[in-house]
Amino acid sequence: MPTDPRSLAGALSSPAATRIDLLFVADLVEPGARVLDVGCGDGALLQLLAERRGVDGRGIELSREGVSQCVARGLSVIQGDADIDLADYPDDAFDYVILSQTIQAMRRPRVVLEHMLRIGRRAIVSFPNFGHWRIRLELALKGRMPVTENLPYSWYDTPNIHFCTIRDFVALCDGVGARMERAVAFDSGGQPVRVSVPWWVWNLFGEQAVFLLRRN
Amino acid sequence: MPTGAATAIVPSSQVDDPASPVVRFGWDRPLVLDSGARLAPWQIAYQTYGTLNAARSNALLVCHALTGDQHVANTHPVTGKPGWWETLVGPGKPLDTERFFIICSNVVGGCLGTTGPASVNPQTGRPWGIDFPLVTIRDMVRAQAMLLDHLGIDTLFCVAGGSMGGMQVLQWAASYPERVFAAVPIATAAIHSAQNIAFHEVGRQAVMADPDWHGGRYLEAGVKPAKGLAVARMGAHITYLSEAALHRKFGRRLQDRDAPTFSFDADFQVESYLRYQGEAFVERFDANSYLYVTRAMDYFDLAADYGGVLANAFRGTRTRFCVASFTSDWLFPTSDSRSLVHALNAAGASVSFVEIESDKGHDAFLLDEPVLSATVRGFIDAAARARGL
Repeated sequence: MPTDPRSLAGALSSPAATRIDLLFVADLVEPGARVLDVGCGDGALLQLLAERRGVDGRGIELSREGVSQCVARGLSVIQGDADIDLADYPDDAFDYVILSQTIQAMRRPRVVLEHMLRIGRRAIVSFPNFGHWRIRLELALKGRMPVTENLPYSWYDTPNIHFCTIRDFVALCDGVGARMERAVAFDSGGQPVRVSVPWWVWNLFGEQAVFLLRRN
Repeated sequence: MPTGAATAIVPSSQVDDPASPVVRFGWDRPLVLDSGARLAPWQIAYQTYGTLNAARSNALLVCHALTGDQHVANTHPVTGKPGWWETLVGPGKPLDTERFFIICSNVVGGCLGTTGPASVNPQTGRPWGIDFPLVTIRDMVRAQAMLLDHLGIDTLFCVAGGSMGGMQVLQWAASYPERVFAAVPIATAAIHSAQNIAFHEVGRQAVMADPDWHGGRYLEAGVKPAKGLAVARMGAHITYLSEAALHRKFGRRLQDRDAPTFSFDADFQVESYLRYQGEAFVERFDANSYLYVTRAMDYFDLAADYGGVLANAFRGTRTRFCVASFTSDWLFPTSDSRSLVHALNAAGASVSFVEIESDKGHDAFLLDEPVLSATVRGFIDAAARARGL
């Protein structure tokens, strides 16, 4: 069982890049919106959203420790499993449903994304890009699943069971009928990859990606 | 085992004139019950801890469980034992008596000073016995609301409680949403399950099968159905524990002997323990109260009052909730708390939920569980900040 997928945000990129990732997500959210953060970890993003955007935020988190930290921050967070519990949320309950650095730990990412688009008017998904050139290089040259400073898990004990590339995620969005309103990739320095470049550049140089989606 | 002899009809001193402050409501202030009965005159006994602030905004109501009482954080007047929730309530504790004005009252139907079946029926001059009207969780909460009105407390910073206390917390949030800023229902459910009703019925039948019950009129006979009530308590006590906890505490160890005696003596430690629990209980609790209060829990089905949809009980609520359950609690399992949380979510309520790892069963909510303490402390501190306390 993945215990704390959010710890990956730190594991996959430098703290500065993580910060930019969260800040970018926060900037996508309209002030005062109702937000559900799926896999909210210790509540850092929800707190950022509450402080910067004045949102009415809720969270779901698998780990009991994460929930306790969130509760102590004054956040409303439920201990639960997004793979199971999202089905119980009513339609259109939130303005935004956020899945930050967690989709790769879901058992059924497609079902989760469909629920997000049902529960929220918009969905925001950020994830590590498995198509990044350094990961491709690891696999291509060493012939082993990448285990690096930024990706510290061996294949047999990783919580990340469904890695995808940016291109893969775009295909999933098409598959579930999601409309992409915005999409940004960040390079390993945490800088946005220029929007004007073609997809294959994003897919090669983006270390993480953030998508703002809505139901078609 | 206790005999049925007329040993002290213990709670009687606590029934009418308890070691607690009491508010007495006269004929003009009846408690109108769900059954349609009007209880008057009636009284409610309560304890308070800490100081009510000038803005009257720091009141925190603790609701007790089936066999609990108002002595939440002081030495019990009958048993001499510490208060039943001193793990959570006290100076510097998560429910901090130095910051909050904490109130706990005995439930209506109880036997520690609030009107119940052991109280005198003013129309007959004799104890009510089973002529006492049936009460519900909502009646208990109504009585508490009248107490708060009397104390001049309009809104509660928080209502907290476990098990049947948690049912009252939920009823408070549903009946008086504007009076409850925060709610902490622990190890509880919005509906009493068939299995739990079944256990309660076994307990009640044990009481009523005792010849000393006298059709409920044992107080006038100068006896009490001690054996029946003890058996009821023994059965119930098993449901408060877990297989793992029983194994850890007792296993198959023998009680003060090296070999089984080939008799029905209490050879096993677990038997001895249960017998002790039964005996101790009858010293402090009225048998008819046990019937009434278990019945109140059986009738609890919050959704039924709201068209069968639990979320409707909390529609539009501004109360913030912190729900907690324990992994080994099979009396009020996590699934009960999850149903509650789903309903609160559907109602758009602000809710946190944590399932706490423990092998201590339902009783865990009364015990020193560090994760429970830390969770309640975190929630209460954050709520107090939001409330400006």
